[in-house]
Amino acid sequence: MGAYQAFTALLLRDLKLGFRNMGDLLNPLLFFLMVVTLFPLALGPEKSVLQEHAPAVIWVASLLAASISLDTMFRSDMEDGSLEQILLSPYPDIILVMAKILAHWLMTGAPLTIFALLLSVLLYLPGAAYLPLLGTLLLGTPILSMVGSVAVALTVGLRNGGMLLILLILPLYMPVLIFAISAVNNAMRGLSVAGEFYFLSGMLILALTLAPFATAYALKIRMG
Amino acid sequence: MMSNETSVLRAEGLECIRNDMVLFRDLSLAVSSGEVLQVKGPNGCGKTSLLRILCGLALPNEGVVYWNDKDIREYNGEYVQHVNYVGHHNGIKVELTPAENLHVSNALSTTHNGASPEQALQQFGLYGYEDTPVRKLSSGQKRRVALSRLLLTHAQLWILDEPYTSVDGAGRSFIADVLKSHMDAGGMLILVSHEPVSIPGVKIREMAL
Repeated sequence: MGAYQAFTALLLRDLKLGFRNMGDLLNPLLFFLMVVTLFPLALGPEKSVLQEHAPAVIWVASLLAASISLDTMFRSDMEDGSLEQILLSPYPDIILVMAKILAHWLMTGAPLTIFALLLSVLLYLPGAAYLPLLGTLLLGTPILSMVGSVAVALTVGLRNGGMLLILLILPLYMPVLIFAISAVNNAMRGLSVAGEFYFLSGMLILALTLAPFATAYALKIRMG
Repeated sequence: MMSNETSVLRAEGLECIRNDMVLFRDLSLAVSSGEVLQVKGPNGCGKTSLLRILCGLALPNEGVVYWNDKDIREYNGEYVQHVNYVGHHNGIKVELTPAENLHVSNALSTTHNGASPEQALQQFGLYGYEDTPVRKLSSGQKRRVALSRLLLTHAQLWILDEPYTSVDGAGRSFIADVLKSHMDAGGMLILVSHEPVSIPGVKIREMAL
């Protein structure tokens, strides 16, 4: 019961902080909006061309937007000493870290998913591909938040940590990108998407199991 | 109230190296219930590092810290219930109000003493500021919000890093009152402060680093 309260208190705290720092919250979303709306201008209005590139554009933009948002995950907590207080809590660090990851997903992954569905109209994404796109985003964006949290925890408080962060996460994000785009492409061609979905689900479960532990340990190392 | 049994925090042979410099070596100390230890020393001599080692946030390069003869690294979950740490940084979010901040602290601790955030803030003279965003408070008031956290739990061991920073005369007397009642209840206190600390009726042991 107590641990559940600690989890929700930290989750609500982060959501409140997010909404009181609207700029940080909107930054990745506006970035996403910009990238996706620029593509029709850059590629021209040809329907077949846009349709062909739609899954790639949407997924690359989501992935980059999610990476941009990572930086703020632990930084302010590190700078103002809140992270010390969180780690000194008698509750398991993993639970508290999970609250922070969930808050991050709710403020980036979830709105990105909605934005992506709305903006895919601009790219003439065929109707048959909508549900698979939603599926890949729902499976994929939590992986981005979780894998990202490990990398952020390792680099928080480092000078030039941003560059290291990008180098750490890009290779880890690539499988998500490849399988998600391949699933949506298959759906557009009327092929089966089961293989890709199994793989993404597997990665999600792997990330759920390992990422909170890894993040908590990484944070402890950074604090010590 | 606080448990009546005496507890002991004991550190043996601590060594701390930061940036290839030995800050302290072979440092041992013991504090038991009802005792105050004031750590003194010039800037950069490792006072904050020592406090962070004592509360288990940082690991010493050598040596062990024991709480009631148990290594705090092995019994960390148990140990941190007894510790209340107010560090060099306040550990409060400036976007939230003092009451919201203390509500989170309450949720993160396992040993509530039943005091509400409002009561705790009142004891530090912050009545009427409960719902003002911390961003709008002065730095002395922010410090007092951070210290209010001490009043929410039963934790026996208080570890304070420069509690008086930017706190005015009135604030100091609030702090003195709070420290006095903590010591009267059998608590223990380790603090870093450059200034002389006086708690009525309590003898303060000084340690120079």
